[in-house]
Amino acid sequence: MEPDPLVESRQRRLAILARAPRQEIETLLETVGGAPPHEALKAPETGTVIVEGRAGGTGRRFNLGEATVTRCVVRLEDGTLGYSYALGRDKTKARLAALIDALAQDAQRGPVIAAGLARLALDQQALRALASRKAAATRVEFFTMVRGEG
Amino acid sequence: MYVAVKGGEAAILATHELLAETRRGDPAVPEIAPAQIREQMGLAVARVMNEGSLYDPDLAALALKQAQGDTIEAAFLLRAYRTTLPRFGASLPLDTGAMAIRRRISAAYKDLPGGQVLGPTYDYTHRLFDFALEEGGETPALTPAPAPLAETMPRVPDILGQEGLMEAEAPPEGDPAPFDLTRASVSFPAGRDVRLQAMARGDEGFMLGLGYSTQRGYGNAHPFAGEIRLGEVAVSFVPEELGFAVDLGDLTLSECQMINQFAGSKDIPPQFTRGYGLAFGHAERKVMSMALVDRALKARDLGEAADYPAQQEEFVLYHADNVEAAGFVEHLKLPHYVDFQGELELIRRIRAEREARLAKGQDHLPEAAE
Amino acid sequence: MTGNAEILQAGFADPVFDSQRAFRTVLGALSEPGLVAELDPALTPPPGLEPATAIALLTLADYETPVWLPPALAAGAAGRWLRFHAGAPLTTTPADSAYAVITAGAEAPELFDFHPGDDQFPDRSTTIFIQCTSLEGGLPVILAGPGIPGSRRFAPQGPVPEFWRAAAANHARYPLGVDCLFTAGRRIAGLPRSTRIETGETR
Repeated sequence: MEPDPLVESRQRRLAILARAPRQEIETLLETVGGAPPHEALKAPETGTVIVEGRAGGTGRRFNLGEATVTRCVVRLEDGTLGYSYALGRDKTKARLAALIDALAQDAQRGPVIAAGLARLALDQQALRALASRKAAATRVEFFTMVRGEG
Repeated sequence: MYVAVKGGEAAILATHELLAETRRGDPAVPEIAPAQIREQMGLAVARVMNEGSLYDPDLAALALKQAQGDTIEAAFLLRAYRTTLPRFGASLPLDTGAMAIRRRISAAYKDLPGGQVLGPTYDYTHRLFDFALEEGGETPALTPAPAPLAETMPRVPDILGQEGLMEAEAPPEGDPAPFDLTRASVSFPAGRDVRLQAMARGDEGFMLGLGYSTQRGYGNAHPFAGEIRLGEVAVSFVPEELGFAVDLGDLTLSECQMINQFAGSKDIPPQFTRGYGLAFGHAERKVMSMALVDRALKARDLGEAADYPAQQEEFVLYHADNVEAAGFVEHLKLPHYVDFQGELELIRRIRAEREARLAKGQDHLPEAAE
Repeated sequence: MTGNAEILQAGFADPVFDSQRAFRTVLGALSEPGLVAELDPALTPPPGLEPATAIALLTLADYETPVWLPPALAAGAAGRWLRFHAGAPLTTTPADSAYAVITAGAEAPELFDFHPGDDQFPDRSTTIFIQCTSLEGGLPVILAGPGIPGSRRFAPQGPVPEFWRAAAANHARYPLGVDCLFTAGRRIAGLPRSTRIETGETR
């Protein structure tokens, strides 16, 4: 597949949606008038993805175990496709996220959605930073004991 | 004489009800919710996800509730559920080097880039009861540091590797897809991919015992905890219909890089060799044990003697799975009336023959009866 | 991706139960060779695939089962549909395929070009869908073997005499060999490698 300028923005969008709570996605959808008429091209479905690791972090691939994943593909009346793939088993979230992905490609609603997703991304970043700052509070600050002085 | 019988159906249905009642315990005590288990019993949830071989904290919490906290029964529930799900595909290999660190320590290197981050650990607790927990109302008091940690931290063996003193961990030619022991039966000698998968889903207690044995003289181990890290790693997957990677979200993972001294062999110069452990959730004891046994199982590859259980892959791989082990041990509870009746008849016959011979004054008995 | 939207048909309305029902039917078709069964899940197939072929492929194929399609189908809507819904990769090498679709009587690889399995894993063979105009009224053959009490008459429209000779040779290399599923409309009938074939003139 040749490099597609739209692919990267879609990858970012799907990554934000995968981490967003269902409630937030629902709220975002309401800001653009709620769920539009659509067809579930791939009805929301829960399955698994086998998660691969690498020996030593960098070596031979091995199967660590599976993770539950729920996916959905919707098609709007104008033919636009929306995808969602995320960890977990929330089928409602899968449909809502797929609708957001579809509407994000719409000329009118796209910018509103993009702004909403940017807000969600900031929230996610803030959560991550807070967890990291808590961990940072447990970082050891070594200091050298001064020895052998009178 | 064996008589075929049927029955027990009413009794079995009643056990389901009695089990439910026993599980619920005293109705005067509030019922526990899976979300409480997920949030407040996270280490048990991690264990069930690992041994059930399915990452889903909500389901693992439900399994623990349903199994009254029996982790093997809970893992069994998870495995059974897993078989009902379609598999969409395989993830891209995880990059633990890009982990958002919550804990990261090295017992080998004091001043490592990124620092020693203790994280949420019982290591420095005094193992004294906190009776305040009896009353509830725990209030966390941590003041976060002003600045977050570095976005990513290098893995310790990768740092040592730069000096060439560390066994390299590079993918084999062509970076082949890993063997999946849930899809095909294992044959021996087993590859490292098979061993790591089996250990990742193996029983923590069994892995701990084996890992311990290598330190106690039943293996040639001189290990250092090169690095232990805990945190979140993004997992992504390429759906066939999209043709590009989709980020599915973050997995909480524990990783251990064990470093072992190696005196060298005919083909390999003296260097440090490695053992690796990786698991879902916070499962530090599991990944350390796994890393010790991973190293022990490299004995054959490194031309070492393989005299001890932890070095013998058939022994380790065939006995690590606690759902299989529990099934085979516990199947002894099932009716064996016919088998037993057969044995009973046999013993009675041999006994009668023996007594007949003794009565006739023959005292030299044959070795054994078939 | 949106460019393909107007030609993509939806998949199963209920992925779990529709595929389970279809699986049961396909299993039945292979267990009773030559007996025509009907697949009932609602599905609009892409152009080029009989409904029964589409339903069965959506049920059986996944990311681990490469599918061989005739080049025109592979490059068109059918190929896209299969990759989209089943997540199945397409292959251009018949011997690499787990499933394959051919049209009876049309230009296609020989049965022997597909994967017959190997001695250790005879099950890793290709299962071939043979699309017909009808499963009745064609050149009759007499089938016998496991799953058939006595013998059974089978007369799909499309397969030519050379096909039946190849199918008989396929049976001769049992336990290796390919398995076939004949489809027309929503109807399906199985011809596993274990079935003996007696051609036409017997009756």
